[in-house]
Amino acid sequence: MQFWIIQGLNSLALGGLLFLLASGFSLIFGLMRIANLTHGAFFMLGAYLGANAIRSIDGVNLWTAAAGTGLLVAAAGGLLERLVLRQLSTNPLGQVLVTLGMSFIIADACLMIWGGDPIPVPTPADLRKPLLMFGFAFPTYRVAVVGCAIVAAIALYGLLERTRIGAMIRAGVDDMDMARAIGIPVSALFTAVFCLGAGIAGAGGVLGGPIMSAYPGLDADMLPLALIVVILGGVGSLLGAFVGSFIIGFIYTFGIALLPDLAYVILFLPMIVVIAFRPQGLFGRIGA
Amino acid sequence: MKRISGFLFLALLCVFPLFAGDFYINLVSQILIAAIFAMSLNLLVGYGGLTSLGHASFLGFAAYASAWSTTHMGLGVGTSAVISVLATMVMAGLFGMIALRATGLGFLMITLALSQVLWGLAYRWVAVTNGDNGMSGLARPSPFGISLDSGANYYWFTLVVFVIAYWLMAIFVASAFGSALRGTRDQARRMSALGHDVWMIRWITFIYAGFWGAVSGLLYVYYTKYIHPSSLSITASAEGLLSVIAGGSGTLGGPVVGAALLIILKNYASAYVERWNMLLGFVFLFIVLVLPEGIVPGLKRIFSRRQGGQS
Repeated sequence: MQFWIIQGLNSLALGGLLFLLASGFSLIFGLMRIANLTHGAFFMLGAYLGANAIRSIDGVNLWTAAAGTGLLVAAAGGLLERLVLRQLSTNPLGQVLVTLGMSFIIADACLMIWGGDPIPVPTPADLRKPLLMFGFAFPTYRVAVVGCAIVAAIALYGLLERTRIGAMIRAGVDDMDMARAIGIPVSALFTAVFCLGAGIAGAGGVLGGPIMSAYPGLDADMLPLALIVVILGGVGSLLGAFVGSFIIGFIYTFGIALLPDLAYVILFLPMIVVIAFRPQGLFGRIGA
Repeated sequence: MKRISGFLFLALLCVFPLFAGDFYINLVSQILIAAIFAMSLNLLVGYGGLTSLGHASFLGFAAYASAWSTTHMGLGVGTSAVISVLATMVMAGLFGMIALRATGLGFLMITLALSQVLWGLAYRWVAVTNGDNGMSGLARPSPFGISLDSGANYYWFTLVVFVIAYWLMAIFVASAFGSALRGTRDQARRMSALGHDVWMIRWITFIYAGFWGAVSGLLYVYYTKYIHPSSLSITASAEGLLSVIAGGSGTLGGPVVGAALLIILKNYASAYVERWNMLLGFVFLFIVLVLPEGIVPGLKRIFSRRQGGQS
C-alpha cells in the first residue's frame, strides 16, 4: 500500500513539474504558432541557475531562487523572441529550427559552465520532515511541488480567463488577424507570453531541482514528455496541459517503477489512442 | 554539360582511394552515408513538405536491429540486413500512421516525440540494447566473397550503394508519383479535389524515406561496427535536417552538399573544439538567418544570373 501511495505522490509531483513546463509551451504554441524547442533547455537552465544561487549566495532559499531564476529565464526568453524569432515571423519552420539551435547552444553552455556531474539542489529545511497523514509518511516536498503547480494553474487560469490581458491573449489564439484589426497589440502580447512561458519553465526547473537535481541531458529528458503532454492535451489549452501533465506523470512514474525497461514504450499508448481518435488533443480546439 | 560534369565527378569518386590516404577515404565514406540519410529525409522535407525531426529513428532502429539479430540470434549479415530493413519499413508504416494525422508543426512534434521514445528505449532497455554501453562486436558483410574490412573496399561498397540510392531517388522524384507528392506539398486541398489520396501519397513516401534511412543505418553500423543510443538522439535527427536545409531542400544534390559540409565541419572542428553541439547550434542559427534557401539553390541562382542574365 505504501508503494502505491508513494508512487502516486511521485506521479503527482512529476505531473506538477510537467505542467509548469508544458503550460508555457502550450500557450506559446497556441498564440504564436511556434513550437519552442528551447523550452526543455529553459527548464534545465533554471535548474542550474537555481542550484547555483542556493549553494553560493547566502540567504537565498529555494523559493526566492525559483522566483529570481524565473525572472532571469523570462528575460532570456524575451531576448530570444525579440532579437531572433521576430526576424522570422513569416517562416514558422525557420523559427522551430532556431529554437532547436538555441537549445543545443544553451545545453552545451550549461555543460561547459557546470560540468558533467549532476548538481543536487538541497530540499528546504522545513520541508525535509516526512508528512504523517492517515498513518502514512509522505515526502513533504513533493506535496509542496504539487501545491505549487496547482497554485500556478489557478493563477494562469485567472490571468487568462479573468483579466483584460487574458482576454486579449484568448482573442489572439482564436483569430489573430481579427485581434490585430481591432487594435489588440498582438506583437507586445507575443513577447509577454513568450517571457511568461520561459519564466514558468525556468522556475519549474528550480522547483524540480530537489527531486531530479540539475544534470546534463535534463532538457532532452523533459522536452519529449512536455511534447507528449501537449499532443495529448491539445495545443493552446491550459486545461489540456493540466490534465495531460498528470496523465503522463502517472504513466511515466508507474511505468518506471513497474516496467523499468519499457517505461518509454508505455508513453506511446496514450499518444496513439489520442492521435487516432482525437487528433486535436483532448481539450484542443485548433489543429496542430 | 551538367551530365558530363556529373560523370567526371563520379569517376573522380571511383578512383579517389587510389591516391588518397586512409583518413580521407574514411571521411568520404562517412559523407556518403550521411548523404544517403539526408537524401532520404529530403524526400519528406523537400518534396513532401513534411518536416520530420525524428528521422534518426530509422537509421538507429535499422542499425540496432541488425546488430541485435547478428549478435543475439546468430543470423548471417545478409539475412539480418534484409530483416532489419523490412522491420524498419514496418515501423515507418506505424510511425507514419501516427505522425501523418497531422502536418506542419504537429507532424514535427509527433515525429520528435516518437523518436525520443525510441531513444529512451535504447537507453533503458539494457537487456536488448546494452544501454549506454552500446553494442559492439559487429561484422561487415562480404558480398560475393569480397572482404570489406579495408577502408578502401568499404568505401567502394558505400559508393555503389550511394549511386544506386541517388539514382533510385532521382527516378522516384521525377516519376508521376513524385509530381503528385510535390502537389500534396504545394496544394494539398486541390490534389485531394483532383482525386488523389493525399494521405496515402504521404504515407508511401514516409515508408520509402524510412527504407533509405534504414539503408543508411546499415551502412553506418557496418562502418563503425558499433551502435550507441546517441545515434537515435535529437542531435542525430537535427544533423540530418540541417544537412537538408543547409544544402537546399527539394533539390537532389542539396542534401549531399549539406551532408558533406556537415561531416567535414564535424571532423575538423572536433580537432580544435570540444563543443560540437554548441557549434551545431550556431550553424543552425547561421543557416536559418543568413542562408534560408540553402547553399545549392543559392549558388544556382548566382550561376544562372552570371550565365544568361535571366533570373
